[in-house]
Amino acid sequence: MERYSLWSLARNALTHHQNWQRAWRSPPLKAEYDVIIIGAGGHGLATAHYLARNHGITNVAVLERGWLGGGNIARNTVTIRSNYLRDESIPFYVKSVSLFDDLTRELNFNLMYSKRSMIDIVQTSPKMRDLRRRMLNMHNHGSTYESLSVEEVRQRIPSLTGGGPDSRLPILGGMLHPDAATCRHDAVAWGFARSADDQGVEMHQNTAVTALLRGPDGRISGVETNRGTVRAAKVAVVVSGHTTTITETIGLRLPIKTINLTAFVSEPVKPLIDVIVNCPDIGVYIIQSDRGELIIGGANDLGLSFRRDIKQSVFEDAVVAMLELFPAFKRLKLMRQWGGTLDIAHDASPIVSRTPIGGLYVSAGWWGGFKAVPAGGYTLAHLIAKDEPHPLIEPFSLERFRHLDFVLESGTTTAR
Amino acid sequence: MLLITCPHCGERNESEFIHGGPARMRRPQDPSALSDEAWVDYLTVPSNPLGAVDEKWWHARGCGAWTVLRRDTMTHQFLPRSDDGR
Repeated sequence: MERYSLWSLARNALTHHQNWQRAWRSPPLKAEYDVIIIGAGGHGLATAHYLARNHGITNVAVLERGWLGGGNIARNTVTIRSNYLRDESIPFYVKSVSLFDDLTRELNFNLMYSKRSMIDIVQTSPKMRDLRRRMLNMHNHGSTYESLSVEEVRQRIPSLTGGGPDSRLPILGGMLHPDAATCRHDAVAWGFARSADDQGVEMHQNTAVTALLRGPDGRISGVETNRGTVRAAKVAVVVSGHTTTITETIGLRLPIKTINLTAFVSEPVKPLIDVIVNCPDIGVYIIQSDRGELIIGGANDLGLSFRRDIKQSVFEDAVVAMLELFPAFKRLKLMRQWGGTLDIAHDASPIVSRTPIGGLYVSAGWWGGFKAVPAGGYTLAHLIAKDEPHPLIEPFSLERFRHLDFVLESGTTTAR
Repeated sequence: MLLITCPHCGERNESEFIHGGPARMRRPQDPSALSDEAWVDYLTVPSNPLGAVDEKWWHARGCGAWTVLRRDTMTHQFLPRSDDGR
């Protein structure tokens, strides 16, 4: 693999950038692999990278229906954080944030990682109680959360001029999460892909899996694709919103529903907000990108949806909510909108698990899964390699539903 | 914005309605007679189709009626539905 550095940049500048190596190969599709990963998104590519690096398993194919990194890894709102509620969840996300901290170096790929903190703006007492409880539990598990006064919140976010004492929902205070970060989402997919390819993993784009296949012993034996049958003794389904579409081809029903989450961006403006601003009571969050655009996330559309655009009604709600707190943003022009398909499990916690079908693994339920990409890949690779769950994801197996032993999680914005 | 047909008021804007969740299958008559697997399945596994789904809508900012409608999860198109809703 050609290493990226200041030196390689200078050398290639001299040849007018005509001689850069391709970041990954496009090898022919073989008939059999040791492991098939369905889905070349963040979690799938991270799994491929860690399978090769941590477990030495390199005869791996990542099959992707569309193009590499074209699903939810390209459609999220780039927030990395670990302010979760449950004993089971917090250590997992703390691990993910710590893997992100070192990922640019590990992948030799500039993620433009920016550790800039997140501030929750609290406008109701029940939310304040919820976040204080969250804070105490986060401190037990090595995450960071501090309460802020109204003055401190306004000082950190000068453009926050709404939410005064006479407003519908006056600001009561805030919570600061210094571990929170953002980075360039495409770079996460491309960095993991380039590293996995360098270690021998094959990525096959435009290769749609149409069905899972079982052998005579009932175990998984491979997949049917639009390019023919591909065999493998181990198959991992890492396809986000379409998880049930794939698993139902083999009769496996999962406690997952698919919904649509809203996001849009404004025109670029000068530096305005230097933290991630989250407003859990009104259901909107804002990040300013390096290009100056405000990335604005809204709440989810409540009904089931496999669409990738957003609904006018949800979009309007998010804009109205934002203008209550940031009235000056009324003059911003909005440039693009998009939706992502989220798969949410019955208890709103992820599923990283073996299944009743031998050799078939599922990684799903990742609503807000961008932050979980490194740890999700790290632990799924462990599960595939050893057929035993990594301790961090032991609570997130499918078994928990059989015993009604739920890990009830709640998001910060979207689970209103 | 969807146009939703209320049984009393006809076609109205989605902003007048509140989504009431999926129209769930009927609760099993005798849960204790079910296998654990079937009971857990009833409790936790929703239907998640790439296509038609039945769901409840509440005309909260209108006449107040509840109605069950069939909608396509790929297109948001409302589809005809023969039996009456619960």
